[in-house]
Amino acid sequence: MGSELIASGVRLGEEAWLELDEFARACGVDNAFVRMLVDEGLVALPAEAPPWCFGGAELARVRRIRRLQRDFEANLQSVAVMLDLIDEVERLRAALLRSNA
Amino acid sequence: MEFKDYYKVLGVERSAGEDEIKKAFRKLARKHHPDVSKAADAAARMQELNEAYDVLRDPQKRAAYDQLGKGWQGGQEFRPPPDWDAGFEFSGGPGEAGEFVDHSDFFEALFGAARRGGGRQRHAGARQPARGQDHHAKIVVPLEDAFHGATRVLSLRTPEIDPTGHVALRSRQLNVRIPKGIRAGQQVRLQGQGAPGIGGEASGDLYLEVQFEPHPRFRVEGRDLYLTLPVAPWEAALGASVPVRVPDGRLEMNVPAGSQSGRTLRLKGRGIPSAVPGDLYVVLQVVLPPAVSDEARALYKRMAEELPFDPRAGQEGEGWDRN
Repeated sequence: MGSELIASGVRLGEEAWLELDEFARACGVDNAFVRMLVDEGLVALPAEAPPWCFGGAELARVRRIRRLQRDFEANLQSVAVMLDLIDEVERLRAALLRSNA
Repeated sequence: MEFKDYYKVLGVERSAGEDEIKKAFRKLARKHHPDVSKAADAAARMQELNEAYDVLRDPQKRAAYDQLGKGWQGGQEFRPPPDWDAGFEFSGGPGEAGEFVDHSDFFEALFGAARRGGGRQRHAGARQPARGQDHHAKIVVPLEDAFHGATRVLSLRTPEIDPTGHVALRSRQLNVRIPKGIRAGQQVRLQGQGAPGIGGEASGDLYLEVQFEPHPRFRVEGRDLYLTLPVAPWEAALGASVPVRVPDGRLEMNVPAGSQSGRTLRLKGRGIPSAVPGDLYVVLQVVLPPAVSDEARALYKRMAEELPFDPRAGQEGEGWDRN
């Protein structure tokens, strides 16, 4: 059974930001956890956003942190290293694709 | 629904101990984790592994599963007998409160209700009013959608608790608007499209991650597009006007005279639309006509004889042999 309704939304980070409460809920964590991640430097507050507001990149990052914690039973310091390595791999892959004409 | 053989998923015997199960899970997680593995089905595979581990590491769940699963094989059409879980008490998985995890029909039917409330719930009326959970989904769209916007169909499976307190997965389709200017990895927040609220509370939101299908010609980075453009030697040497197909139509590109292979031309504003649109970078790739005919070979020989040209001039240096 289909519906003719077309759901449209807002692009996070560009058209809308998530406030701390909403952000924590979307990530499946509590506010204190988010604050701690920012404090520990695992997640950066986006420069263009109002105070304690987050976008899509941060949402993906926190969910990734939770996955790594859960699936690898890793502590946060290990997760921080994993994140840096994953980011570097993605950067290298993109550079490789760009130069592989 | 399909019976899931969790022992087979983890690659262990039915008699495996806790340690063996943990080791097996860890080994497979390292290989198939979506944050580490680039395989297209990594996320689905990891989901399956997590589900199997969740059941087999929990003594109560494993006991119930073993009893229920006697004689069944993975993939067989399966229906749990009524009151199959009588005598078992399940609690939600470790550290999973508030996080929506996508499970198979099989898991949801057997253990789903526990996850939603920390305990078996046979009486629907006993549930506390609560805001619906937020959901996350991913959609892969063609690059062209970023230039024109589009409406795409998203298939979702949401767990629903029926009047008897058991969980079933309901499939639904949602038409979603992909906005013009969308970038790879951007998240669109669709309010109210998450899990329904309980007791009159608001529904949760749906966060939709948008990714692009790999494009045969373009590579995307942020708002910028990269294209490799093959050109003939005379086009590069003498300059030319070359037609190029771009996601929002065609354009005539001017190849400047004296171009070499690898030269990058920047077409400002021809990338993904935005207040400040991205750019299109065109990388020239000079392609030589093959010397397969007598005429072609003759032409090449003439060029070799009449054009004074040493491609390796200026490469003198240590270790370079000059014959």
